Amino acid sequence: MHIIIIGNGIAGITAARHIRKLSDHRITVISGETDHFYSRTALMYIYMGHMRYEDTKPYEDWFWEKNRIELLRAYVEKVETATKKLTFDDGKEMAYDKLIIACGSKPNKFGWPGQELDGVQGLYSFQDLEGMEYYSEDLQRAVIVGGGLIGLEMAEMFHSRHIPVTMLVRETSFWNRVMPAEESAMINRHMREHGIDLRLETELKEIWGEKGGRAKMVLTNKGEKIACQFVGLTVGVSPNIEFLRFGDIELGRGVLVDEYLKTNVPDVYAIGDCAELRAPKPGRRPIEAVWYTGRMMGETVAHTICGKPTKYDPGIWFNSAKFLDIEYQVYGTVLASPPENHLSVYWEHPDGRNSIRIVYERDGGHVIGFNLMGVRYRHEVCEKWLREKNHVEEVLQNLGLANFDPEFYKEYDEEVVKIYNRQTGKDLQLKRKRGLAGVLQFLKG
Amino acid sequence: MLQKTGLGLFLLALLIFTLMLGMDSYVLTPESLAVDNGFHRKEILAQAEKAGMMGKEYSSTFGFCAGFMQVLKDAQASLNGQPVPEGMGEWDFKIGDWKKKEYASATLLKSGAGSVSQHPVLFFFLTFGLAILGGLLYILPKFQTVPGIKNDRIYHRPLTRGLKVGVRGFFLGAVFLSVLVYGFFYQNGDLFWPLVTAVMAAVIVGLVLFYQKQKELHGDRSASPKVTGWLGVFAGLYLIGFYVLLYWLPQHVAPWVTMVSPISEALSGQPASRWFLYGLLYTFIVLVMGVRMIAKYRHNRYQVLRTFSVMFFQACIAFLLPEILVRLNQPYYDFKNIWPLNYSFFFDWNLDNLLASGGLGIFMLVWGIVLTVVGVPVITYFFGKRWYCSWVCGCGGLAETMGDPFRQLSDKSLKAWRFERWTIHGVLAFAVVMTAMVLYTYFSGNAKVLFLDSYSIRSWYGFFVGSAFAGIVGTGFYPLMGNRMWCRFGCPLAAYLGLVQRFKSRFRITVNGGQCISCGNCSTYCEMGIDVRHYAQRGQDVLRSSCVGCGVCAAVCPRGVLRLENAGSDVGSRAEELKVIHISEGEVKLLD
Ligand SMILES: Cc1cc2nc3c(=O)[nH]c(=O)nc-3n(C[C@H](O)[C@H](O)[C@H](O)COP(=O)(O)OP(=O)(O)OC[C@H]3O[C@@H](n4cnc5c(N)ncnc54)[C@H](O)[C@@H]3O)c2cc1C
Ligand code: SF4
Ligand code: SF4
Repeated sequence: MHIIIIGNGIAGITAARHIRKLSDHRITVISGETDHFYSRTALMYIYMGHMRYEDTKPYEDWFWEKNRIELLRAYVEKVETATKKLTFDDGKEMAYDKLIIACGSKPNKFGWPGQELDGVQGLYSFQDLEGMEYYSEDLQRAVIVGGGLIGLEMAEMFHSRHIPVTMLVRETSFWNRVMPAEESAMINRHMREHGIDLRLETELKEIWGEKGGRAKMVLTNKGEKIACQFVGLTVGVSPNIEFLRFGDIELGRGVLVDEYLKTNVPDVYAIGDCAELRAPKPGRRPIEAVWYTGRMMGETVAHTICGKPTKYDPGIWFNSAKFLDIEYQVYGTVLASPPENHLSVYWEHPDGRNSIRIVYERDGGHVIGFNLMGVRYRHEVCEKWLREKNHVEEVLQNLGLANFDPEFYKEYDEEVVKIYNRQTGKDLQLKRKRGLAGVLQFLKG
Repeated sequence: MLQKTGLGLFLLALLIFTLMLGMDSYVLTPESLAVDNGFHRKEILAQAEKAGMMGKEYSSTFGFCAGFMQVLKDAQASLNGQPVPEGMGEWDFKIGDWKKKEYASATLLKSGAGSVSQHPVLFFFLTFGLAILGGLLYILPKFQTVPGIKNDRIYHRPLTRGLKVGVRGFFLGAVFLSVLVYGFFYQNGDLFWPLVTAVMAAVIVGLVLFYQKQKELHGDRSASPKVTGWLGVFAGLYLIGFYVLLYWLPQHVAPWVTMVSPISEALSGQPASRWFLYGLLYTFIVLVMGVRMIAKYRHNRYQVLRTFSVMFFQACIAFLLPEILVRLNQPYYDFKNIWPLNYSFFFDWNLDNLLASGGLGIFMLVWGIVLTVVGVPVITYFFGKRWYCSWVCGCGGLAETMGDPFRQLSDKSLKAWRFERWTIHGVLAFAVVMTAMVLYTYFSGNAKVLFLDSYSIRSWYGFFVGSAFAGIVGTGFYPLMGNRMWCRFGCPLAAYLGLVQRFKSRFRITVNGGQCISCGNCSTYCEMGIDVRHYAQRGQDVLRSSCVGCGVCAAVCPRGVLRLENAGSDVGSRAEELKVIHISEGEVKLLD
């Protein structure tokens, strides 16, 4: 059987690796972007000079041949599901028995005047990175549009080269559609502390260019004009599925799939950023464009294709990111504007660079989510608490189990307990400090 | 601005330090002739007079040494040609070859008469003083920045960018060959050990390449930059040059030794030797670069404490304490240097010296043996090898301070790992065999063990492993191949600690569930060349014999995925492949 995977990102590659582990099928992975799988999340580190492109490849180049995973550098232009055939941009064709679409996303553009000028781009692909590198020469100022994670990464990239950055953010505070107010305010402060010119409640209206076509200035909705030679458009991503438009695969915003990640056409599957679930789990979105879900989908589809039909279940939500120097982790549900029955215990360090938030249900008292800034918590422990719907008081008393900060770091778990006591008038004590031995016992029990 | 001034001062100090090797002059006088044997003294003075050397000023060590060696040779020929007088030991009358070397170096140090000898303190301030000042001016402003991991542009700087694979291979090959050729002369023309080493090297290369041919077909994820960092090459050559002078041509570093002599006299009451110079330089580098390390990782308490620890052990235990012991007429002893890293511990002269030094000497002997036999395994069982390699050890101390800007240059390929396992365990075996033979000779008085000569193996070990590997390659290669070349490929103690860590220890690096985004920061900054990401991205705990527990992988991880931990249970099962992947539990049990 010949399995073709379109896309060599985390989703496609995970699928390929697991199919190889489970079977002897012929596997071909196609991508138009790079010859080998690299970590998209590390693009910024190449620009910042922390790493080279080679260092972002999770596997050495011999890995693929050794594991009999064929790689092909080409763009797929057409998928003919009736004859089970792909057509590439150079006109060549290739037949498949099963097809996995893992073609990822592309940056959004909302039709702003001037968005096609030189020096106006998003950040998604390796080619985008090369573009940033190219336009960085003699760059006096970069304007970044959109208050999301990739926008902040772009700001950090320019900042590392001492290129002044202005960020235009539509919201009243950075990423406050996702982050509760305190954490969002912390990010605002931290960006400004680094000297990033953060402009809230500001939107892009127009980009003006030079004669030669290079961007030279942006105009905002408030009438401000900002001279700049680069405009980063980071207002989200959407599935990169243009090439599927005129086929029989059913599309919504992404490629529509059922719980087995199957499309409407037999033997065609979709995973990763480009897959849109017809029936996502309660509380989850149909498209979750993050690394972790791509990896889980890749693994799930491999099982299904290799004869062990498996439903996609993303488990309990988790994510992480880094805002300049502040690490962020979330487990479970932490809403920016919580409903009335979500209460939270929130502790923040006087320095304003670390915080811990634990969200719990008002009536039942079970924990719902953990939001950490500048503090590391253990995935397995938080997940177990969330899955077993443990009571917040039990969690608080054992909070040390979750602490994952390096040795000798100050432990703040006691402060969190104190705040809870103050809020509720109780007198809980922290019973467990950080330490692996206790954790292993807890996870086994 | 402050930083630029600092850099300028540092470079100036380096320049003076280098040039001063030619700035002293030398005059042989009866007072400066460091020979106490009366016969020898008279004869040498006569020969020097005849050669017109007495009172003549030489402007370089080269001229002086050439002239004086000739004088010694003539004196030797003259004395050795005469019959030994009644009732005198042969070698009290004749001049042996080793005596000749001793006379030459001691006399050179006493014959200095130029500006360095006249103003050692001034030169000390112009070199050490300026360099420290410059270094601190460069480093201290870093405390002003927002704390956090900053490795910006490290791969764009000509000093820290690394070498293309070809250039790197060239340096490695050239150094290896030169060391072998020089070793042939060092062993007085005996080809045996240089040849054995060459054959071993060929076997290892052959094994690694053959195995690779079978499995990994081609194309490494090489650690090769597009353009070689030539400043790094220059720095590497400078360091290599320094070690060559220090180990094998010590007469030419006389001005440096002269410069630090007042300090040595203040500390131990003895004039400085080259080893004192080296120790002093080493300590200052560890201290100043330690401040840099603390500035860089000041948000990370593990790093800060660990850096204080290596600074303390280097300054107090490795450097000051032995000097003070000497002042108190006790044996020179570095309490934290453990066999087999301290390979001369079981040499006859050391054992004799310790045994002859009363209670303290015996204590040192017992301490050294107990550390090796009990201390290493027990402490490593509890904390992993990091307790030594990145908290105590001097080599580790230098690697973690001066070496920090170069940690990304370690090779992460599987091929490098294969080489590592052969060479480091090879050196451990070599150290054990060598020590066993030396002890056999010590107790039996018999130098021949089978057909091998224990003196020749021990001198080859000192030359090849002790000097060439630990010094020249170990430190000289920081800017060429990363800061832990010695610790990773050569240190027999690291091999021993590593075996304990791998098979009997509570230490591991745990991985935080499914949070890894495969970005590769951890692997890039692992100085031991461990592909940490390989484990992290499958949720598998890292259990590797080479991990020195520096904690930098955990520090640079942008997602908080890694943690260095100790706990007894589950070590093995958590390190199994593909443990956690977050397909919801219950639904699929992974890959049975
Ligand atoms: C800068 C940046 C930082 C990020 N950081 C994080 C993070 O910290 N955490 C996190 O969870 N997520 C992060 N993400 C999101 C994450 O990278 C994506 O969710 C993930 O890479 C998606 O993987 P994928 O395999 O679905 O698709 P992709 O990685 O996009 O791979 C798809 C591949 O298919 C190729 N392709 C598309 N169409 C065709 C075609 N027709 N023919 C041939 N090839 C085609 C594309 O060129 C691409 O190489 C980040 C994204 C970016 C851009
Ligand atoms: S694995 Fe981590 S702790 Fe171990 S040596 Fe490498 S960077 Fe240091
Ligand atoms: S640095 Fe952290 S996130 Fe990146 S590959 Fe290593 S463990 Fe994974």
